[in-house]
Amino acid sequence: MMIDRKINQQISSPEELANVAAEQLAWQAQYQHRVFVCMGTACQSVQSGAVLTALQAEIKSKARENECLVSPGGCQGNCASAPLVSVPEQDLLYQKVQLSDAEEIIEALAGKPVGRLLCDNKSDFFTMQNRVVTNHRGLLNPESIEDYIAAGGFSALLKALTDFTPEAVVQELQKSGLRGRGGAGYPTGLKWSTVAKTRAEQRYVICNADEGDPGAFMNRSVLEDYPFRVLEGMAIAAYAVGASKGYVYVRAEYPLAVERVTKAIRNAEKHGLLGNKIGSMSFDFQVEIRLGAGAFVCGEETALISSIEGGKGLPCPRPPYPAESGLWGMPTLINNVETFANVVPIISGGAEKYATIGTPTSKGTKTFALSGSIMNTGLVEVPLGTSLRKMIFDIGGGVPDGHKFKAVQTGGPAGGCIPEEHLDATIDYETLMELGSFMGSGGMIVMDDSSCMVDVAKFFMQFCAAESCGKCVPCRVGTAHMHDMLDRITKGEGTMEELGQLESLCDVVKFTSLCGLGQGAPNPVLSTLRFFKGEYLAHIVGHTCPAGVCAPVGQDIRRPTCAL
Amino acid sequence: MRVVTLKINGQEMSGRDDEDILHVAREHDIEIPTLCQLDGISEWGGCRLCLVEIEGSAKLSAACVTKVSEGMVVNTESERLAGYRKTIVEMLFTEGNHVCSVCVSNNNCELQDMSSDLKIDHISLPYRYPLRTVDASHDLFIFDANRCILCTRCVRVCDEAEGAHTWDIAGRGIQSQLVSDLHQPWGESTSCTSCGKCVEACPTGAIFEKGKAAGEMVKDAKFLVYLAEMKAEKS
Repeated sequence: MMIDRKINQQISSPEELANVAAEQLAWQAQYQHRVFVCMGTACQSVQSGAVLTALQAEIKSKARENECLVSPGGCQGNCASAPLVSVPEQDLLYQKVQLSDAEEIIEALAGKPVGRLLCDNKSDFFTMQNRVVTNHRGLLNPESIEDYIAAGGFSALLKALTDFTPEAVVQELQKSGLRGRGGAGYPTGLKWSTVAKTRAEQRYVICNADEGDPGAFMNRSVLEDYPFRVLEGMAIAAYAVGASKGYVYVRAEYPLAVERVTKAIRNAEKHGLLGNKIGSMSFDFQVEIRLGAGAFVCGEETALISSIEGGKGLPCPRPPYPAESGLWGMPTLINNVETFANVVPIISGGAEKYATIGTPTSKGTKTFALSGSIMNTGLVEVPLGTSLRKMIFDIGGGVPDGHKFKAVQTGGPAGGCIPEEHLDATIDYETLMELGSFMGSGGMIVMDDSSCMVDVAKFFMQFCAAESCGKCVPCRVGTAHMHDMLDRITKGEGTMEELGQLESLCDVVKFTSLCGLGQGAPNPVLSTLRFFKGEYLAHIVGHTCPAGVCAPVGQDIRRPTCAL
Repeated sequence: MRVVTLKINGQEMSGRDDEDILHVAREHDIEIPTLCQLDGISEWGGCRLCLVEIEGSAKLSAACVTKVSEGMVVNTESERLAGYRKTIVEMLFTEGNHVCSVCVSNNNCELQDMSSDLKIDHISLPYRYPLRTVDASHDLFIFDANRCILCTRCVRVCDEAEGAHTWDIAGRGIQSQLVSDLHQPWGESTSCTSCGKCVEACPTGAIFEKGKAAGEMVKDAKFLVYLAEMKAEKS
């Protein structure tokens, strides 16, 4: 049985690429029925690999290999319903598929769907999204360069190399209005043009895939499903800024992403789409992968660079920015996974088209990892400017188990908690900042009335204190003090004086810390103090926890004193 | 290299564009507090005491690592900066176990001087009283971790001036600690040349000569500047 078609040729022009794509499409078309089994991390954790094998075995046992093709696919987004199997020609999505369902699914390919497994793919979760980065919606074998090329892959790179000068690529990016998807939202075109304008023998391109925010898994998913697209985006960037060497810095905690990116680099090199003389032109771009060893702070660009150089992941004061002096002291372009993934649709579809999505200052779409107390846990992609309410109640399906929505936490440990009264706010860089939160890389944790906001602030502070590198005093000592203060408040030992002290410590740490980790660490405290001060007071003055986390509702949160 | 003119605390002055704010200010008798900066070794930017306000920038900048530029307007003193500096020094006092009266560096300690310069008369943050050890395994010197403020001056001087790299920081966050070699007793270090540069570079009584009693340890790290100059000439 042939479940995969492999080509073995160098691709050196847009024409050859188009030929390869056409051949692959023709090969795919000989199969009447196609089935995709999600092989993302969430689905694999519930045995989607075994489901794939079972479906393939079923086809073999029924001798239908010539009409049915079951392929590994990518993430559908609604990870809570894993494992997911899609049948695109019938526009069906099966959820929570078991091994024993294989026979029925294959039988149903030509006829009536298996009703009990159907996932409603016409629900708001699917229809309200706008997928630009994740546009293949899982219907693409992430490990097959042939399928990627058939879906239009690498045409943006060859288009850029043949039709655009490097300056024109930078201009296109500037016109698109794309802003950095790592969190801070720095204009991508401006960053590219800064690197391109430096005078240097050697420049580098780095893909920051050190996603470490609690509750964030967007970059992981994009890397797992679209490794070729990220590499293509990096290659276009390298061409635009004049770099010949690139690194993908990915955390070792993402083994599947590491595996897929490693294979993708090798595959693309084999076909002349990475490496020396890409597309038979005088453009060289070698990519290597570097694994993070687990420090959260290595997501900070200067710490990341130090880690690639083999040093300890310690941030350095900026300026000089990496754009001027980065890896090995050379100008370095460093962008997030999703930023690079956005480059491909901008080049292939044009900046004007891309810029029609989003708001005047925040263009395009953004992927978010919805988690916490929400019906549809998973990965979603929406245009910037979507309201939080639409995101949580329409796409996310609201809060389960009869609980009441309390807050949504965005932006990771440097972000903040946004309460119900601001649910109509739109998701864009400026609005989230005004609300004391942060776009961040796209983690979105929904909390209901069973969450204690002081406890939430304590959790994030504990995270920051544990992840502080220890280089600068305010972050090293300040986060430890703030954590202790929050801990005392949750135990009913806090005083109003201490609360004032906590607020002033927040101010010191925010404005004096060396890097973004320390500067952002006070945000969860500041935002919960802004919107949920009542809960702090309930703990300090009333010695009660309204959410029933620090002690059951109505009970004293202080430790019982010894009766003797 | 270009020569630029700038204003610090209202005073007009000139500097080279490869000089940092701290040094240009110092040349004009404007002292900006710092504990991790030491002439003759590389800049670190970790103590955050030299933060200054620069007109037109919303962020505070560390004077030791920020180069001067044409037309720059810098302010090194304000109520806000004084408050931040005080809190940072308070943090250092609460982080370790600093007991001046029994310290070898009493009256010769940069941390002590800093707190008196900043008029710190009490500590408002809770003391952490960490359990820290004293390493007296070296023949000539002692390292008392209780008095270490993790400024990394010893790390840098050992690496850059002596070339031994005996010292480094292990762990992270509040768990950070100074270690010799691969976290072995200093006396067992195979890289240490016993040159004593770290003793002179240490701003507190954390690294000192054996046999010194309270208040007897006087340090002088000025020679590092000449060492650095000679090295630069050679290369």
